[in-house]
Amino acid sequence: MNRFPTWKIIVVAIVCAFGILYTLPNFVGKSALSGLPDWMPTKQVNLGLDLQGGSHLLLQIDADTVKTKMMDSLVDGVRDSLRQQGDNVGYRDLGHDGEVVSFTLRDPADEEKARERLSDLSNIMANGQRDVVIASDEGRVTLTPSESAITARLSAAVDQSIEIVRRRVDETGVNEPAIQRQGTDRILVQLPGIDDPDRIKRLLGETAQLTFHLVDLTSDVGAAGRVPPGSKRLPSIQEDGRTYIIKSRTMVSGENLEDAQATFQQGQPVVSIRFDGLGAKQFGRATTDNVGKPFAIVLDNKVVSAPRINEPILGGSAVISGGFNVAGAQDLALLLRAGALPAPLDILEERSVGPDLGADSIAAGEIAGIIGIIAVAVFMIASYGLFGIFANVALAMNIFLIMAVLSVLGATLTLPGIAGIVLTIGMAVDANVLIFERIREEIRVGKTPLNAVNSGFARAFTTIIDANVTTGIAAVILFVMGSGPVKGFAVTLLIGIISSMFTAIMLSRMLISFWMQRKRPKTLEI
Amino acid sequence: MYKIKLVPDNTAIPFLKYRMIAFILSAVLILGSIGAFLTIGFNKGIDFEGGILIEVGTETAPDLGDMRGSLGGLGLGQVALQTFGSDTDILIRVQRQEGDASAQQEAVTVIKQQLASDFGDEISYRRVEFVGPTVSEELVIAATEAVVVAVLAMLVYIWLRFEWHYSVGAVIALVHDVILTIGMFAITRIEFNLASVAAILTIVGYSINDTVVVYDRIRENFRRYKKLSVAELINLSINETLTRTVMTSVTTLLALVALYIFGGEVIRGFATAMIFGVIVGTYSSIFVAAPVLLHIGLTHQKEEEDGFAGAERADGDAEEKS
Repeated sequence: MNRFPTWKIIVVAIVCAFGILYTLPNFVGKSALSGLPDWMPTKQVNLGLDLQGGSHLLLQIDADTVKTKMMDSLVDGVRDSLRQQGDNVGYRDLGHDGEVVSFTLRDPADEEKARERLSDLSNIMANGQRDVVIASDEGRVTLTPSESAITARLSAAVDQSIEIVRRRVDETGVNEPAIQRQGTDRILVQLPGIDDPDRIKRLLGETAQLTFHLVDLTSDVGAAGRVPPGSKRLPSIQEDGRTYIIKSRTMVSGENLEDAQATFQQGQPVVSIRFDGLGAKQFGRATTDNVGKPFAIVLDNKVVSAPRINEPILGGSAVISGGFNVAGAQDLALLLRAGALPAPLDILEERSVGPDLGADSIAAGEIAGIIGIIAVAVFMIASYGLFGIFANVALAMNIFLIMAVLSVLGATLTLPGIAGIVLTIGMAVDANVLIFERIREEIRVGKTPLNAVNSGFARAFTTIIDANVTTGIAAVILFVMGSGPVKGFAVTLLIGIISSMFTAIMLSRMLISFWMQRKRPKTLEI
Repeated sequence: MYKIKLVPDNTAIPFLKYRMIAFILSAVLILGSIGAFLTIGFNKGIDFEGGILIEVGTETAPDLGDMRGSLGGLGLGQVALQTFGSDTDILIRVQRQEGDASAQQEAVTVIKQQLASDFGDEISYRRVEFVGPTVSEELVIAATEAVVVAVLAMLVYIWLRFEWHYSVGAVIALVHDVILTIGMFAITRIEFNLASVAAILTIVGYSINDTVVVYDRIRENFRRYKKLSVAELINLSINETLTRTVMTSVTTLLALVALYIFGGEVIRGFATAMIFGVIVGTYSSIFVAAPVLLHIGLTHQKEEEDGFAGAERADGDAEEKS
């Protein structure tokens, strides 16, 4: 082989042009990007939160709450099916233990009838199974939700929570938040530029279930008295130790809100709310029927306030006052606008990095990278002379290719990712070292320069493949099994392995071929 | 032009002669590492232990003793303080709080309040991290799985590309390197965190890379020199690849030392582990991976029978040299 094949030259040229072109936007400031000509790529490498500063929160939905709610609504469903106007099926002991809903028929002969009534509660799911399994034994009836029905409900709750979390975060004005599901019951929230996420954590910590209830005045119970059925005791949000007895039935709930704003009433911060059509109708009817009685505004099972209904409220607007400060009123309004979470979220993990540390890390990474490149480049020239320069061109191209691929893939560069690039600088020359050492061996056994170069490349080839595939396997496993920043390291390492094979086998070979064609050396200085 | 030559041409160092010394040295180091791991254990970071880590920057160097007293009095259990890179950069580590994730979060709030009352505006938060108990347990499992899967994947690949003797030899060398690195973490007290696992896996990748290059040459020489003894062949192959082994280790170490010196505090532990790993990996491919082949019964016949699985060559002049 004397000439380097034209198609290979074209491939090398295209790849190198790609590498340089797609790396360039990273040297331009964000504001200058729009000033570039249209044909220029504008994608920059995404910086991880550890480099640009920001907050990473891992949330987990409270699965028990989701399950309890599911069981509660199943109990409601059973009650509604059995009690029908004029044709009641008698039952007692209806309830659930967290796993199974059960009740006992007053007349065991009603079993068939009861099962037929309940059949609407058990549906066939997409996977062919029933979502609720109904069984009966001598008048005792049980309803058991299947495992996959529970999973589906949990999954739906996570989807719904993601939506609510997104709305809440958006309301706070964070730039480009990333909110995504992780696993079955987790949500990963990434907030670039936020290094003190206390407010957001507080906002995400509230489920914000808002409901309106009548206060139960019929029962005259003290602090320790028995709460009548159909009512419940809830603590006050304002006064420690004070409780209210309220009717369990909701007059209207926060789902029927259209808007909520923090305003002032008589100099006090309050939240003014507006119901949607249905909510306004429900609220209007309830207030018309109960003029003169107090009603309770309940947020997450705590009574915010219990004002008296002075007159029917028909306009669909109301005001919640509860001794808020300005920030408290604003946050409540925000939560009500964004909607309620189906279940509480726990913060499992937080990692927040201030912008200073991020900037310091980038600067340190750049310095380490530049010094690493210079040290390796000088050493390569000192060891291989002119061939070292060829290897260094390949090395430089390598860095461009890594940056270009990271930019195009939209991959995230993390601090360990920078470490991966610096490590790649050291390892990238390995392929060239293998080739050059082979060429030296071939020269020692007396081959002509051309033959030595050709068989040096050819013989080193399988070794390069084997050696890089094994390192590549390690990088792939890191990528698949690693998390967060470690994934970033795996990405740069993997891209580095591929690009270093390309630059050694194609680019430096091309350079050597061109040089040999021009100079036609009689002996090789390597 | 003068060129650096770290390894002279045509070396004939009798590496195999020293293999028993090497084996004993390795055995001692392995036992020491296991002992260190079992007795001292890792200095686990919050990734694996759970707990709280806060890095703060202050305007003037604070008195660590005062700070320790102030934060230690909060009833949060063990509070460790250290300067991190500079006198005004303090790393605060608080042990995992009893209870679930929300307990960690409350502790963060308490610490921030205390720092605010001690320092007022003269403090900035560079980093705040907390990891709850469930997540840290999962991370331990995932990290262990990753290392085991990586080693097994190497075993399979080498088995496919070479034959079983080589894959056994390579895995012995790998396990050797991983155990020594674990011992290094135990003895140096370098924080063991997710980045450390990344370091171990990269060491696995680097070490196997080095080993494969030597193995590749052994396999090639088996076909080329039918009359040499297995020991002579292995020794020849180590010598032939020695320049490359040293060159690549040096370039990688150059980059890693740059990372160690200039890469910043956060990355220093990672760089230290990698530097150690590259040295151990280089040692093991010469003194463990190659000589061990002799002891697990690699012979000429074996090589013929197994038919060079996947050993196709890029050119056909393998016999030309002999």
